[in-house]
Amino acid sequence: MIKLEHMSKYYGAYPAVIDASFEVLRGEIVGFLGPNGAGKTTTMRVLTGFTPPTMGEATIGGYNVMTHSLDARRHIGYLPETVPLYLDMNVTDYLTYMGQIRGMNHSWIKERLPIVIDQVQLGDYQDTLVGKLSKGYRQRTGIAQAILHEPDVLILDEPTIGIDPIQVVETRELIVDLGSEHTLLLSSHILPEVSMICQRVLVIHDGRIVADDSPAELSQRLQHTERIELGVTGAEAREVINLLRDMTIVVDARSDTRADVQQRADRENVAPLIVDARPNSDATQHIAALVIGKGWGLKYLTPLPLTLEEIFLELTTEEDLGT
Amino acid sequence: MTFVRVIALKELRTYFASPMAYVVAAAFLAITGFFFVASVSDAFSEATIRGFLAGAVFFMIFMSPALTMRLLAEEQKLGTLELLLTSPLREFEIVLGKFIAAFTMILIMAFLSLFFVLVLYVYGVPDSWPIITGYFGLLLYGAATIAIGLFASALSPNQIVGLIVGSGLLTGLTIIDFVSARVTGTAAEVLNGLQLGASFSVFDLDSFGVAEAGHFADFARGVISVSDIAYYVSVTTLFVFLTVMLLQIRRWR
Repeated sequence: MIKLEHMSKYYGAYPAVIDASFEVLRGEIVGFLGPNGAGKTTTMRVLTGFTPPTMGEATIGGYNVMTHSLDARRHIGYLPETVPLYLDMNVTDYLTYMGQIRGMNHSWIKERLPIVIDQVQLGDYQDTLVGKLSKGYRQRTGIAQAILHEPDVLILDEPTIGIDPIQVVETRELIVDLGSEHTLLLSSHILPEVSMICQRVLVIHDGRIVADDSPAELSQRLQHTERIELGVTGAEAREVINLLRDMTIVVDARSDTRADVQQRADRENVAPLIVDARPNSDATQHIAALVIGKGWGLKYLTPLPLTLEEIFLELTTEEDLGT
Repeated sequence: MTFVRVIALKELRTYFASPMAYVVAAAFLAITGFFFVASVSDAFSEATIRGFLAGAVFFMIFMSPALTMRLLAEEQKLGTLELLLTSPLREFEIVLGKFIAAFTMILIMAFLSLFFVLVLYVYGVPDSWPIITGYFGLLLYGAATIAIGLFASALSPNQIVGLIVGSGLLTGLTIIDFVSARVTGTAAEVLNGLQLGASFSVFDLDSFGVAEAGHFADFARGVISVSDIAYYVSVTTLFVFLTVMLLQIRRWR
């Protein structure tokens, strides 16, 4: 339903997102996890067609968001990070207006309105001015406008940011609920939130997607590995991988398939590899010794500047829900 | 076109939900009323609406940007523009809807001002044709000022910027004869051709400036010329177009 292919977005010379690719299948609930400023909002703005990508493309339900923008937008329910509300309208009027903007006709809106208001539990506030609602209820109003037109794809940018703990819990339950009817992509900088709600997690850091896994596997990898990139010359990738896998300190070794790495590697005739090794095992030393010992060339050998673990340190890993 | 109607109706409701519509209409009628009374209260004064037109053309320099300053600035400030631009509607539908809403306000005020015309017919024998052409010209002029105001509102999320830039552009196009009077030849002709409304000699109560300069002058005299109509239609179209462009390039920033 959602597909992003080699998308990069630059603001001037500053790269907000670099070569991001992923796909979200129909019915999946995917979390988009990363510290503040990692590129989550930018990616979501590209997916919704609000901002054009500098390179690469995004499709929603098979429609390219730039070339078939209106078709793509019809499939999307979007809640931006700052909940966009007209403060001088009441909840019912606001939702009606948003429905009309999404191209819903009168009878469809009339049918959906009570259902959605009930779903987000805004029944007591439907005649209240949006400007007078508390933060949590504004958030619900925002979610309500995103689901009113029964979109296939829901894109929620930090849906629980800045609301009080009890409402956070309720909002999450609501999101889990919505996940059963929609393809859902939500961003967050809170680790437990994502593992609670999502079946799959994309981790983004400094504009790059650094992991794409289930929450369980992610925490597994987090505890047990240290990641190293290396480039070997004068050898077949397959052969090096097999040898590396035989080492006790190595958890997994595989070819580095990222497009930019591949391109450079092809030019320089290097086999690019990624190794997940046990932590604190002096893996770099042992791997270097192995490669040199075989008489191969070691073009580069770098422990990833920021391991998944370090990225997660920047995330909010605990939350204070009060007592 | 349904999207245009939806947006226009929403903006009109917002005008009347706040004191804005009433305050602006009251100020408009008070200011133009003063000009109207001043122009017809002498012993042998003509029964015309030229005084009213002079006041209206002058006041719209501030009123139109005041009506439009919120329309696109606030969408940017509240972040609702992000919702509009990710919904299945086009930029020109947004701009057109908002333009129509603000223009409707001008129509409503023009309608209310017909009270002055009624007074003329009750107490005098006015010439009807210049009244008809005067109102026709006023609506064309109003549309142009609304388009310029809307453009100014799209420039930034700040309403005050919209108001000042809008009024500034309108004032510049109004007092352009200060400059054109001091140059000669083609330059003077071009500058004269750009003049939007009356000159500031509206304060000269004997002539009521509208007759003196700008594309409005002929309308006030009862003359309809194609070049004047073309001028106002062009200015309106140009600025509506520029506003749409502003929203479109906003995506690329």
